[in-house]
Amino acid sequence: MAARRPEVDAVLIGVGLVGTLLGRELTRAGLKVVGLERGEARDTVPDFQGPQVHDELRYAVRKALMSDNAKETLTFRHTSRGTALPVRRWESFLPGSGLGGSIVHWNGQTFRFQEDDFRQRSRLIERYGSKFIPADVTIQDWGVTAAELEPHFDRFEYLLGTSGKAGNLQGKKIPGGNIFEDPRSREYPTPPQKEPYGSAIFRKAADNLGYHTYPQPSCNLSQPYTNPEGLSLKTCTFCGFCERFGCEHFAKSTPLTVLLPVLLKDPNFELRTGCNVLRINLDGARKTATGVTYAGPNGEEVEQPASLVIVGMYAQNNARMLLLSGIGAPYDPATGKGVVGRNYAYQTMSYPQVFFDESININPFMRSGANGTMISDFAGDNFDHGPLGFIGGAYIGEIMTNGRPIGFHPTPPGTPRWGSAWKKAVARHYNHTSTINVHGSSVATRHNYLDLDPTYKDAWGLPLLRMTFDFPENDLRMSAYCTEKAVEIGRSMGGRLVTGAPRKRPYDMTEYQTTHNTGGTIMGTDPSTSVVNRYLQSWDVSNVFVIGASNFPQNGSYNPTDTVGALAYWSADAIVRKYLKSPGPLVPR
Amino acid sequence: MAATAVVVPGCERPPPQAANPRPPYLFFNAEDAAFVEAAVARLIPADDAGPGALEAEVPAYIDRQLAGAWGAGGRMYRSGPWLAGTPEQGYQLPFTPAELFKNSLRAIAADVGKSNRGKLSKLEPQEQDAYLRSLENEPRDLGGVPSDVFFQLLLDMTVEGFFADPVYGGNKDMVGWKLVGFPGAYANYYEFVDQHGIRFTRPPMSLGQDAGGTVHLHPVSSPPAAAKGR
Repeated sequence: MAARRPEVDAVLIGVGLVGTLLGRELTRAGLKVVGLERGEARDTVPDFQGPQVHDELRYAVRKALMSDNAKETLTFRHTSRGTALPVRRWESFLPGSGLGGSIVHWNGQTFRFQEDDFRQRSRLIERYGSKFIPADVTIQDWGVTAAELEPHFDRFEYLLGTSGKAGNLQGKKIPGGNIFEDPRSREYPTPPQKEPYGSAIFRKAADNLGYHTYPQPSCNLSQPYTNPEGLSLKTCTFCGFCERFGCEHFAKSTPLTVLLPVLLKDPNFELRTGCNVLRINLDGARKTATGVTYAGPNGEEVEQPASLVIVGMYAQNNARMLLLSGIGAPYDPATGKGVVGRNYAYQTMSYPQVFFDESININPFMRSGANGTMISDFAGDNFDHGPLGFIGGAYIGEIMTNGRPIGFHPTPPGTPRWGSAWKKAVARHYNHTSTINVHGSSVATRHNYLDLDPTYKDAWGLPLLRMTFDFPENDLRMSAYCTEKAVEIGRSMGGRLVTGAPRKRPYDMTEYQTTHNTGGTIMGTDPSTSVVNRYLQSWDVSNVFVIGASNFPQNGSYNPTDTVGALAYWSADAIVRKYLKSPGPLVPR
Repeated sequence: MAATAVVVPGCERPPPQAANPRPPYLFFNAEDAAFVEAAVARLIPADDAGPGALEAEVPAYIDRQLAGAWGAGGRMYRSGPWLAGTPEQGYQLPFTPAELFKNSLRAIAADVGKSNRGKLSKLEPQEQDAYLRSLENEPRDLGGVPSDVFFQLLLDMTVEGFFADPVYGGNKDMVGWKLVGFPGAYANYYEFVDQHGIRFTRPPMSLGQDAGGTVHLHPVSSPPAAAKGR
């Protein structure tokens, strides 16, 4: 028999990026909010202090900040004919755990998705005709426009203090910024970070080829900044320990640095850590959530009644929570019917490398998680796909996050895997190699999806999520095209040797690619093809809002975090201004 | 009180640290250690580029990892059923890293004994390389462990121990970092990042060294007005 806690106005499942933003907006609106975080409580002081936080083995290799696979993981297979097996240790992507969530260990690469992402299906049909979209590709419009999200992007970036240079201010194109971007209402809150050597070489080469270079927008800050919540960030020191690490310098924007210190002082907010939500409880008609049941720190079941439930976890976990709770019809790939778990997508990456002469000291260890120089000439629909026969694209940039040598010791093809020749090649190339990042989009297809695993369970006895995924043919063609463009730039960077292979099938769960998983609880305008409406409200249970990269109907060319933050503010705005005044569906079914 | 030295015949102990200055092993027995020492010395050999994995005390690193929580399968999903998957589905054997090493090392001891002169450490370097390559490229069963799986873990751990912070027992004197020019746990290159192409020549720094006692406080500049709720 579960213990029952007094009812609150809202309960947050997960206190990461989404939970923190929603917690702040809802307490500010006067609601009593309980935040349930399965992981540990933690903060910059004393948990991320130097020099101990600069430990590649503990954080990057053994993945100290990631969720514990022993307690919860997912299973994986390439097609629905195969047998899914558990991911026994994270390699390909890295879901976090603990207060502040996955964004505590992010790199800080901060991009807005664009109008051609939000209206991808419509825009492609307008430009190329409906036959251009492959039959098995299930991309959709999001039900929200870039113009509607702009104020929320703006607000989120000013919360974070993002460093960058605008390329389109209120419709005026600005060389040196990303001229392909949609209009932004004002300049970034802080200027771009300093440009490292490899990026400067890339800039020159890409400019000479006629592309439009710009500094990567970064949440590793270029200068001190005080955000609208009264919290201050400091200047990034380029220590090279960003992705997979906490930042001891207060230079990386995360919930721990930009908002949680304020939220945690709010008397309307109560944080409970070590609390793993097992399910969302529904009333008899299954139309209204009555709250959640969670396993507390020592395993005891607790019922937390609430009038409003915010599902704000890592993408796959959002989908799993709805499946475990029986909210929304599960997707069936055989019929194409059902919605929860539909349109899972990933990101299609490749990493060309430029090997320089020994006179060129790249100093790969002098980097932040997000400082590079890049182009968007091949991102989204910024180029003519008509003759190319694929949809989507990639940004291309000299973006190196670190020189930590367990993970980074590039050698040219043909180098033995061990022995004296390997060792000498590592010594020869370590400080003289640049990596180019080809960060590609991922279409949704009928065959890639999430559901519950029939066999494997988590530490609480609940089914693991099962992921069925392989790279779509469309995305392999995209990767081949964009990788070749990146290799051409690499050649004109003056390297002695440029290598670069496009992404190939089969998808490999054992190789780190990116943590940008999307889909499973996608947003849209049609309840037969989306889980939540344009305000991220469940079509089936109107007092449940599901927010995260799980809302993306497909993945774009850019990193997802900025768009997740904008969606969270967009949804919070709808809850506070519309839903609380008249609880019920914000969009008729 | 004054001690009188009494020596019992047959119980003389060698003076500490005299014969072998390396730290004692926690996990490996003498035979395991002899194999691992010989193997890592071939995977990353000492040569004219500098010390190798043996000199970096990589065996001590591997030994401590296997003796600890990671070796016991910490933070690893360990529920069955155990099915062989595709390579892209990742590791699916029921062994913890410690079990995997023990099984493999026992099988290797028998294996080398059968076909060679007893021990890997007794072979010529070229024969050692050939034996390691056979584990890597001609997979055979090592007590339930495919030899290529064991070889890959041994190689991965050798690279880790060569490049991880010295506090973990390998990378002695930071020889791995000195080889490539990685400065270790330093925290600030703000003044250097836009001095393009400079050579960073300061010796590397370990987590075990004093960081200078830097203290950070949470920089709240003003009490947030809206924090009390409205």
